[in-house]
Amino acid sequence: MERVTATEVPPHGPEADVVVHEVVRPPLSLRTRLTSGLVLVAVGAVCALLLGLSATARAQADFVLSPQDPHLSVSLPARATCVVLGVVVALLGAWQAARGWSREAMRWVLAVTLLCFVLSFLCWAVTGAPGTSFDLLGLLQNTILTAVPLILGALAGVLCERSGVINVAIEGQMLAGAFAGALVASLAGNGYVGIVGAVVAGALMGLLLALFAIRYLVNQVVLGVVLNVFALGLTGFMYDALMQPNADALNLPKTFDPIALPVLSKIPVLGPLLFEANIIVYLMYLLIIAVDVALFRTRWGLRTRAVGEHPLAADTVGIKVLAMRYRNVMLGGAVAGLAGAYLTIGSVGAFSKNISSGKGFIALAAVIFGRWSPRGAIAAALLFGFTDALATLLSFTQTPVTIPTNLLLMLPYLATVFAVAGLVGRVQAPGADGEPYVKE
Amino acid sequence: MTRWSERWSGLRGGGTVLVTALAFLVAMVIGAVLIAVADPDTQAASTYFFSYPWDTFSAAGRAVVAGYRALFEGAVFNPNTAANGTLAGILGPISETLVNATPLILGGLAVGLAFRAGLFNIGGQGQIVMGAICAGYVGFAWHLPVVAHLVVAVVAGIVGGGFWGGLTGWLKARTGAHEVITTIMLNYVAVYLLAFLLSVKGFQRPPYGQAISNVVEPNARLPHLLGGDLRLHAGLIVALLAAYAVHWLLTRSTLGFQLRAVGANQSAARTAGMSVERSYVVVMVLSGALCGLAGVSQILGTNSAITGDIDAGIGFDAITVALLGRAKAGGIVWAGLLFGALHAGGVQMQSSTGTPVDLVVVVQSLIVLFIAAPALVRAIFRIRATSAGVGGQQLAKGWNG
Repeated sequence: MERVTATEVPPHGPEADVVVHEVVRPPLSLRTRLTSGLVLVAVGAVCALLLGLSATARAQADFVLSPQDPHLSVSLPARATCVVLGVVVALLGAWQAARGWSREAMRWVLAVTLLCFVLSFLCWAVTGAPGTSFDLLGLLQNTILTAVPLILGALAGVLCERSGVINVAIEGQMLAGAFAGALVASLAGNGYVGIVGAVVAGALMGLLLALFAIRYLVNQVVLGVVLNVFALGLTGFMYDALMQPNADALNLPKTFDPIALPVLSKIPVLGPLLFEANIIVYLMYLLIIAVDVALFRTRWGLRTRAVGEHPLAADTVGIKVLAMRYRNVMLGGAVAGLAGAYLTIGSVGAFSKNISSGKGFIALAAVIFGRWSPRGAIAAALLFGFTDALATLLSFTQTPVTIPTNLLLMLPYLATVFAVAGLVGRVQAPGADGEPYVKE
Repeated sequence: MTRWSERWSGLRGGGTVLVTALAFLVAMVIGAVLIAVADPDTQAASTYFFSYPWDTFSAAGRAVVAGYRALFEGAVFNPNTAANGTLAGILGPISETLVNATPLILGGLAVGLAFRAGLFNIGGQGQIVMGAICAGYVGFAWHLPVVAHLVVAVVAGIVGGGFWGGLTGWLKARTGAHEVITTIMLNYVAVYLLAFLLSVKGFQRPPYGQAISNVVEPNARLPHLLGGDLRLHAGLIVALLAAYAVHWLLTRSTLGFQLRAVGANQSAARTAGMSVERSYVVVMVLSGALCGLAGVSQILGTNSAITGDIDAGIGFDAITVALLGRAKAGGIVWAGLLFGALHAGGVQMQSSTGTPVDLVVVVQSLIVLFIAAPALVRAIFRIRATSAGVGGQQLAKGWNG
């Protein structure tokens, strides 16, 4: 347990009234150290013995990075790799049991452990049938495809919450965007108009959130949940009542074709991975850069963060707190609407009921997991996308022991729980997140 | 006498009851607009709106009346089925309402209890699924005498849900992992676990073609309360007992005081010598156990075999029930009954008038939205404000607890 205590420095000299806060971290108890160390050793043993020895002897684990270019494939001796990685993990665990890693180092130790485990698991998985190779490029491509709506949703969350309004309604904004995107694109026969429709729908949902949170001071977590239910009900109702009976006219949007960027798409590995995507993905790249730069490098960003951390102080220096919040929440809603557009016109085309199926909640988790920073949230979304893509890929791979698909599909969610519990721990939201600002 | 006069002044001054009633009214009016929009006759009439506007309005009026009549007939009393004079015909709609309300009350209590301790339990779905898995497994795989089987199965459900909820509490207490993240993720884990189990021999029903479990033995079923024709089962009694227990826990017990103290002000509670971490674990175990009971009601009462959608969305509906009931046991029972009635009526409405059942979801969300924003309701009806707003203000706070 971490304990924060305030130590008063005895008064001396001119700075007599300075109070120094220091974080006192008692050393880990022997029991915790031994338990965690032994757990790590056990993980190492699983890698080295269970995975390593059950991998077919002398089998090579082939990881294909680029189908065109054979030089870009990695071939590892499966058993040896598993054993080496397992030993590394076991050594880390032994050190933890014997001497104990510091808290900072422990995060890295856990990260390395996870990495080693995943790698040795992959080596083991590939050796199931001779001649199987592991499509690493496909895995990374799927990672990005899965992560796009999550990243956009997480950016939406960051925009709202950094300015002090909790956004649990990402899911609802996505759904509204997905619905409006498919509907408008079908009506107009033009995907770009569909994107505009989705963004407007998301922004309107954002406006609802802002209005009730800022004007009517509704508890924001409550509000978010209710708006999600509202969006789910409304889109479901409209789908059944209007869209489904005239599906040809109202729910048959064209999807976007991938655009290969002239020079960039020729880069090996990175080209097909990043630069052969559709317009929404490119918009996402722009948004990632824009949000990150704007939030930390511009006047707008400074004001946004001030409004989110300490609205009274911001108001005192003349920043319009409520206007800032309205604007940012609608902006966030618009970004979430774009995420919704990706779900329909950006990938499958037609809208179906509850098409977001919890992606907004996972984006919310990514916001919290990433500690309310755009980069952290994106990393969290990518981690989730990776495990999800991995689970899908493994369900098609013939592993030495067949793993039921449903257990594989648990993987992303379990990984997130482990990552949150082991690597992230306690998080601190922006100071005024969720607190309405009422001018005296 | 004094209480009555207080209540009356409360009504006149725009108090809780009036705001609730008006919120319901506004939600129903918006629902009526949606019914009209969805009605094919109204759509057809609106194409010549500017020649004969009255046609549109009369078609819309007919659709709304028919829709809400069907809603009422499905939820409260149906003269057509009651005409034959059987018990099932007369009490059928009420029975359906209560059947729908039972898991909603239990789930609402679970979410509300967690709210009071300052935790946001979105994990109802997972906890209900785990409860249903455990109770269902005991129900079809074990062979026990009459009363014992039911008791053991119910306890198994409580343990299953409580364990799943407790896991979240333990993670939060131990590592600080935010309960919103862990409950969301554990929902998916539970759902995939169920999907896996439904493909395992011994759990799945032969001949293994469908994702459905074995049938729970009659010994382990919750008894029907109004005879075999009506679906109403003893789960309702369990729910009401649970509501009383939660009420007692929160208002009369030391533990409940501690939980509320942690919910109101963590630092103060810690300073007063309470273990905040222990409270997290305890309240999540209790909350999960209540969800487990909702799962029990689903598998031992309403259904007889586990399917992939055994939770029927109750985990999320329960959040709105808890909000509508303002996280108090009594309020949650009424909120559960109201939403149960809307569910039961919505099914009838869809089958007899073709209005999509999702209308009920919209109406539910609007009711909660308006109740949480009393200022808006007062502004619509131009009622002067008296006391402070009674929204969900003190229910759940921001991320930092």
